[in-house]
Amino acid sequence: MKKILSIILLVLILAGASASLVFAQDTFPTDDDVNKIAKQLYCPVCESTPLDVCPTEACRQWREVIRTMLTEGKSEAEIKQHFATQYGIRVLNVPPNPWLTYFVPGVVILIGAVMLFRGFQLWKKPLVAEPVSDKDEAEQVQQDEYLAKMEAELKRRK
Amino acid sequence: MIADFGFGVLVVSFLVTLYSVFAAIYGEVKKSAAMVESARRAMLLTWPLLTLTAGTLIYLLVNNHYEVQFVYEVTSRSMPTYLKVTAWWGGQAGSLLFWSWLMSAFASLVTLRNWDRDREFLPWVIVVACVTMAFFIGMNVFFENPFAQLYQTFDGINPFTFQPADSILFTPQDGRGLNPLLRHPGMVIHPPMLYLGFVSFVIPYAFAMAALITGRTDDRWIRITRRWTLWAWLFLTFGLVLGGRWAYDVLGWGGYWGWDPVEIAAFMPWLTGTAFLHSVMIQEKRGMMKHWNMLLIILTYDLVIFGTFLTRSGVLSSVHAFAQSAIGPLFFGFIGITLITSVALIIYRWAALKSETEMTSMLSREALFLLNNLLFMSILVVCFWGVIYPLISELFTGEKVTVGPPFYERATGPLWAALLFLMGIAPLSAWGHSTVKTLGRALWKPVVVAIAITIAIYVYFTNNIYALIGFFLVALVLLVTIYEYWRGAYARQRSQGENIFVAFWNLTGRNRRRYGGYIIHLSIMLMAIGILGIELFQKETQGTVTAGDSIDIAGYTVTYREVASWDDTPKGVNYTRAVVDVYQNGIYLGELHPRKDFYFDSQQNMTIPGNRSTMKDDLYVLLVDWQPISADGATLKIYVNPLVNWLWMGSLLFIIGITIAAWPDKDPEHVTVRADRQLKQTSAAD
Repeated sequence: MKKILSIILLVLILAGASASLVFAQDTFPTDDDVNKIAKQLYCPVCESTPLDVCPTEACRQWREVIRTMLTEGKSEAEIKQHFATQYGIRVLNVPPNPWLTYFVPGVVILIGAVMLFRGFQLWKKPLVAEPVSDKDEAEQVQQDEYLAKMEAELKRRK
Repeated sequence: MIADFGFGVLVVSFLVTLYSVFAAIYGEVKKSAAMVESARRAMLLTWPLLTLTAGTLIYLLVNNHYEVQFVYEVTSRSMPTYLKVTAWWGGQAGSLLFWSWLMSAFASLVTLRNWDRDREFLPWVIVVACVTMAFFIGMNVFFENPFAQLYQTFDGINPFTFQPADSILFTPQDGRGLNPLLRHPGMVIHPPMLYLGFVSFVIPYAFAMAALITGRTDDRWIRITRRWTLWAWLFLTFGLVLGGRWAYDVLGWGGYWGWDPVEIAAFMPWLTGTAFLHSVMIQEKRGMMKHWNMLLIILTYDLVIFGTFLTRSGVLSSVHAFAQSAIGPLFFGFIGITLITSVALIIYRWAALKSETEMTSMLSREALFLLNNLLFMSILVVCFWGVIYPLISELFTGEKVTVGPPFYERATGPLWAALLFLMGIAPLSAWGHSTVKTLGRALWKPVVVAIAITIAIYVYFTNNIYALIGFFLVALVLLVTIYEYWRGAYARQRSQGENIFVAFWNLTGRNRRRYGGYIIHLSIMLMAIGILGIELFQKETQGTVTAGDSIDIAGYTVTYREVASWDDTPKGVNYTRAVVDVYQNGIYLGELHPRKDFYFDSQQNMTIPGNRSTMKDDLYVLLVDWQPISADGATLKIYVNPLVNWLWMGSLLFIIGITIAAWPDKDPEHVTVRADRQLKQTSAAD
């Protein structure tokens, strides 16, 4: 009984494997499948232009490599790894360890936020604050006008 | 001979600029008004001198003087005259000269203002403006001479400023031609706008430094430079928008912003400039944040220099960095010196810059503006880190990394959302003091309506959570801004008995800064709608088709008809143009013509999309590839970019808003002088 079950299991595994092989060989990847991965890659020559839209011949050949690898049944991660190994990690649109990329600005922003909060606490009056009334503002404007008039008067008397 | 003349005038400009610096310092130290006046006139002279230099270069460009290296590199016989003129800023040496020329124009404008009330600022404004100008002119004189000529020596053909011994002048038959990407109308205007923005930020910085040096640390420098800053902001914004439009039209990636390091370099001074524009209001209203405002304008200035350096030096290779040269260390040195000197001045004047009042509420307008500044600076930190991280990685690990759009989008997305939220609530908070109760009372109605709009969007359009958050915030800001407008206009209507439209017009005219600012907020919301549309709902597909085949995408059917290729010999271009028919739900909408242009002189391609544009979306078709022999098949890449036109429409409104905010008032000084004259005339008549 055990033997029969083992044979059935083996047959099922083989059937599954062959089915996936057939799928890998028969399903020809579309341009969209290729571009989905190409979008995440940059060729070292055409920096800042993602591979999916780069018009150069070299980039067209890279896209064909992606197509071939997809046809061979390679996964997205495997394809990206292939290009990173071949041409360096700069071909990836995000560094392989993205945490470091986010960590530094995150810490700086946090420090800024803490400083701002601390600043609020220091600036804030301990007692109930006097709101700035429209009257105060009006007085300030009047004072500015007064100063301007005085200066004009002084200029005139020179 | 003509090139030598141009170089000679350039050298004279450099010497005059240096003289202006020394005369201003000498005049200030020796208290000699005559020397300061001499420095002012020298600064005024730089503009005609540099105009003459630029005129000489343009003459050489237009008349095909290929013996001049710069002319050879950026023009060709097949280029039309207007492109030969604009090639002035198409290469490194020319663009540095262009920077200096614009700077001299702004410096001259500054010298023409009425200095009666600010005489003590004058020598230091001259010093800062002329040191900056001398740095750029010096780059041209010593490193990037646009008038260097090609000479044949034993070592081959090389550019020289002066003719070497045993050499003959070498004149190529034709030039290499301008990079095709730079021949687009957007690119013709984009660099001047960007540079205008860059250069105009030098003026507020010069006044800030003058305030620090003289110890006149009240808000006078801010009041003088407020409009300069707004115009600088306008030019920089317009430059960025034009750059985005150019990318959309000619780079063929279906988008407007690629988070390219050089785009970011131009964006960073915009961020600090925007923070500064908000922060100065706190100083004007409440006498606070004086240190911070100084720091912001210093940062903006140095980011402007940094941006120019990145754009022109090619230190970070990108689509924008067309040239490489050895001027990088000098730029870094200049940035370092100006930064250290400026910060040292702030420290020196630390006590004098103390706040006049205290923060009284965490919900007051000034507190929210401060939070707004934190968010802008946070976006700056993300951008700056994204630009320098690859360099740091290369420096320490020897391996360069790429920091692409996903990083920026993820890192800045929440910050932009928080900024939108602040834009929604800040106009409703009061200067000095606001409480949860007062703010809540003002805010609840717009919040309820914004929630209702968001629910409607959820029911009828999308359940994308990011889109819903985004549209809620956009709705909130739009409602609050419109409500503020309506409240003001209604109050005028009641008090003055004006028609609502007249009240609206007068309201804007009486307080241009405030209501211009609200128009800017409205425009940003329109832009946000466009950005949300294209970023969250863009669809794309690619396929290879033969004549009569169709590709379906987002309700559109694109049917390929044919492709044709021909040479335009006078223009030196080969065009390959596809014709596709466009249908939507079975209805014929018209045909599009995506094409590829190949420029013979520079041996470069340009991908021009066929674009059908509506307020709902853009159908953007690119010709990726085609079969050259049979010409019956082609590979098309098609994007559907929802709502993207709202972005461009918002940009136009933005410019209107800034123009209103920056429009000059009647100068009270002039009014006073005029009144004074009238008084004298009346007295004389009596």
